[in-house]
Amino acid sequence: MSETATQETGSGLDALPGDLMMWVLIISELLVFGAGLLAFLGVRLTDPVGFMEAQAHLHRTGAGVNTVVLVTSGWLAALAVKAVERGNVLRTRFYLVAAALLGVAFLWIKGVEYAAKEAAGITFETHPFFTFYYLLTGFHAVHVVAGIVILGLVGWKATPRNVETGTAFWHMVDLVWVLLFPIMYLLG
Amino acid sequence: MKYQTQKIAYAYFLVAMILFAVQVSIGLVMGWIYVDGNFLSEILPFNIARMLHTNSLVVWLLLGFFGAAYYLVPEESEREIHSPKLAYLQLGILVLGTAGVVVTYLFNLFDGNFLLGNEGREFIEQPRWVKAGIVVAALIFLYNISMTVLKGKKTAITNILLLGLWLLSLLFLFSFYNPANLALDKQYWWYIVHLWVEATWELVMASILAFLMLKLTGVDREVIEKWLYVIVATALFSGILGTGHHYYWIGTPGYWQWIGSIFSTLEVIPFFGMMAFAFIMVWKGRRDHPNKAALLWSLGCATLAFFGAGVWGFLHTLHGVNFYTHGTQITAAHGHLAFFGAYVALNLAIISYALPVLKGRDPYNQVLNMASFWLMSGGMVFMTFTLTFAGTVQTHLQRVNGEYYMDVQDQLWIFYVMRFGSGVAVVIGAALFIYAMLASRKAEIIAPGKPASTPAE
Repeated sequence: MSETATQETGSGLDALPGDLMMWVLIISELLVFGAGLLAFLGVRLTDPVGFMEAQAHLHRTGAGVNTVVLVTSGWLAALAVKAVERGNVLRTRFYLVAAALLGVAFLWIKGVEYAAKEAAGITFETHPFFTFYYLLTGFHAVHVVAGIVILGLVGWKATPRNVETGTAFWHMVDLVWVLLFPIMYLLG
Repeated sequence: MKYQTQKIAYAYFLVAMILFAVQVSIGLVMGWIYVDGNFLSEILPFNIARMLHTNSLVVWLLLGFFGAAYYLVPEESEREIHSPKLAYLQLGILVLGTAGVVVTYLFNLFDGNFLLGNEGREFIEQPRWVKAGIVVAALIFLYNISMTVLKGKKTAITNILLLGLWLLSLLFLFSFYNPANLALDKQYWWYIVHLWVEATWELVMASILAFLMLKLTGVDREVIEKWLYVIVATALFSGILGTGHHYYWIGTPGYWQWIGSIFSTLEVIPFFGMMAFAFIMVWKGRRDHPNKAALLWSLGCATLAFFGAGVWGFLHTLHGVNFYTHGTQITAAHGHLAFFGAYVALNLAIISYALPVLKGRDPYNQVLNMASFWLMSGGMVFMTFTLTFAGTVQTHLQRVNGEYYMDVQDQLWIFYVMRFGSGVAVVIGAALFIYAMLASRKAEIIAPGKPASTPAE
C-alpha cells in the first residue's frame, strides 16, 4: 500500500488506530464481559438441566436476526472508516447514520424480547440463568445505546482519528454480542 | 521553593503529622485492648477508640492531600495560590472540627442532639456541625485551588487532582442523607466510604505520584501523562461499579453479587498500573535526585498499595469467598495494608519530598527517614500477615465450624499478641519519621557517594 508509507509509522501503542484511551476501555469491557460469561458457564455447571429449561424460554430467532443486524451495522461502520480516510465526509456520515440506525433496530428487537419476558413474568430473580441473561444482555444493550451516541459524535466531528476511535468501540459492541449470542442462546 | 504560597503546605503537613502520631498511638492502645479485653474499658471503650483511630486517619490523610495540593498546584500552574488567607482559614476550620469531634466522641456530651450529637454512623459519626464545617472548608479549598488553576497553566496532573478532590467533596454530601431504611442507609454510606478510597482518592494518589515521578526521575511529562490517564481510566472503570462488592449482604438485589465480584476484581488493575508506572519511571529516569527517601516512599507506596489494596482486596472480594470471610480479621488485614500502602505512604512520600524544600534546606536525615520506612512498612506487613492468619483461623472456626464469636476470639489471642508487637514497630517508625522530618542536622549520617557514571552504551 503506497499510502501507508506517507503516514506516520508508529510503533507499540502508537500503532493502534484511534485514541489509546479507547483501547483501554475496549480491553476493560472485554474483561468484564469475558468474566461475566465465564461466571455464567461456571454457575451453569452446577445446574445444567435448570439452565437448559430456562434457555428454552429465550427467543432464538429474534436474537439470530439481531446478530445479522449488528454485524451488518459493524460492516457499515467499517465502510465509514474507509470513506473518512479518503476524505469523503458526506459518505462517512451516511455510513455512520446507517450503522447507528441498525443499532436502533437491534435495540427495538431487544426491547420486544424483554417485553415478552416481562409478560411471561420472568425477572432477574426467576432463575440464576435469567440473572445472567438480564445482566449480560442488559449491559450489552446499554453499550449499544452508548455506541449509537458515540457514532453520532464522531459523525459530527468526522476526522479520521475520531471515526477510527468511535468505530473501534462499535466493533467491540459487535464482538461482545457475537460471543454472548452462542453462549447464552444456543449452547445446548 | 519557587512560589511563596507553597509555604501553606508546611502548616498542613505539620497538623497532618501530629494527627498521624495521635492515630497510631490510639492504634497501639487498641492493639493492647485486643490482647487484654478489659484494658481501659471504663475510660476508653473499644468503639470510641476505634472511631478516633479511623477518623483521625481519614482527617490527617485529607490534610496531607490538601497540603500536597497547596504544594504542587503553584508549581504546576506556575502561579501563587489564589488566597493564602483562605487556605489558613480552611485549616483553622478543620482543626476546630477535629477538636470538636474528639471531645464529642470521648465525653459524649450532647448525645442525641440534632446539631451537636454524635451521628452514630461508622466513619461518618461526626456531629452535624462538624460535617457542615467540613463542607465549608472543602468549598473554600475547592474555590482557592480551582481559581489558582483556572488562572494558571493547566496540566494533566492538576486536572486529575482537581477532578479527584471535587468528586470526593461532592460525595461527602451523602453523609447528610440518612434514610431510616437500614439497607438504603448502607447503600448511600458506601457512596462515601467506597467511592472515596476506591475511586476518587485513587485519582488524587495517581496525580501526586505522577508529580513525584516527574520531579524525582525527570522522565518526560508526556510519558507520565499517558500513564496517568490510563491509570485513572481503569480506576474509575473498575472502582465505581466495584462498589457492588459492599452490596452482597445488605439487602440489595442478588445481581450485585456478580457486578461487585467482576468489577471489584478489576480494581487490581489501576493499583498494578501505579506500581508498574513508578518502577518503569525510575528505570527510565535519567535524573539522580538527591532525595532518596522520597523516592523510597514513592516506590514503597506503589508496591504496598498494590499488595494491600489490590492483592489483599481481591483475597476476599469474590462473593463466594466473602460469604465466609465478611467482617473477620481478613478485613482488618486488608484495611491496614491498603490504607498504609496507598494513602499513608503516599502522604509520607510527598512530605518527604516537599518538607526539605519548604524549609529551604537539603534533604538530610534521610538515613533516619529510610530507616523509618523499613520499620513502619515491615511492621505493617507483619501486622497484615498476623491478621490474615488470624482471619483464616477465625473464618474456619466461626463461619465453617459455627463456634461462638468470643470463644473464637480467645483462640486468636496469640495472633493479637504478635499484632501488638508489629504495632510497636509501626509507632516507633512513625516517631522516627516525624523526628527525621522536623529535627535539623548539620550533616548526613552517611555521606552520599558520587553518582555512578553510566558507562557508554
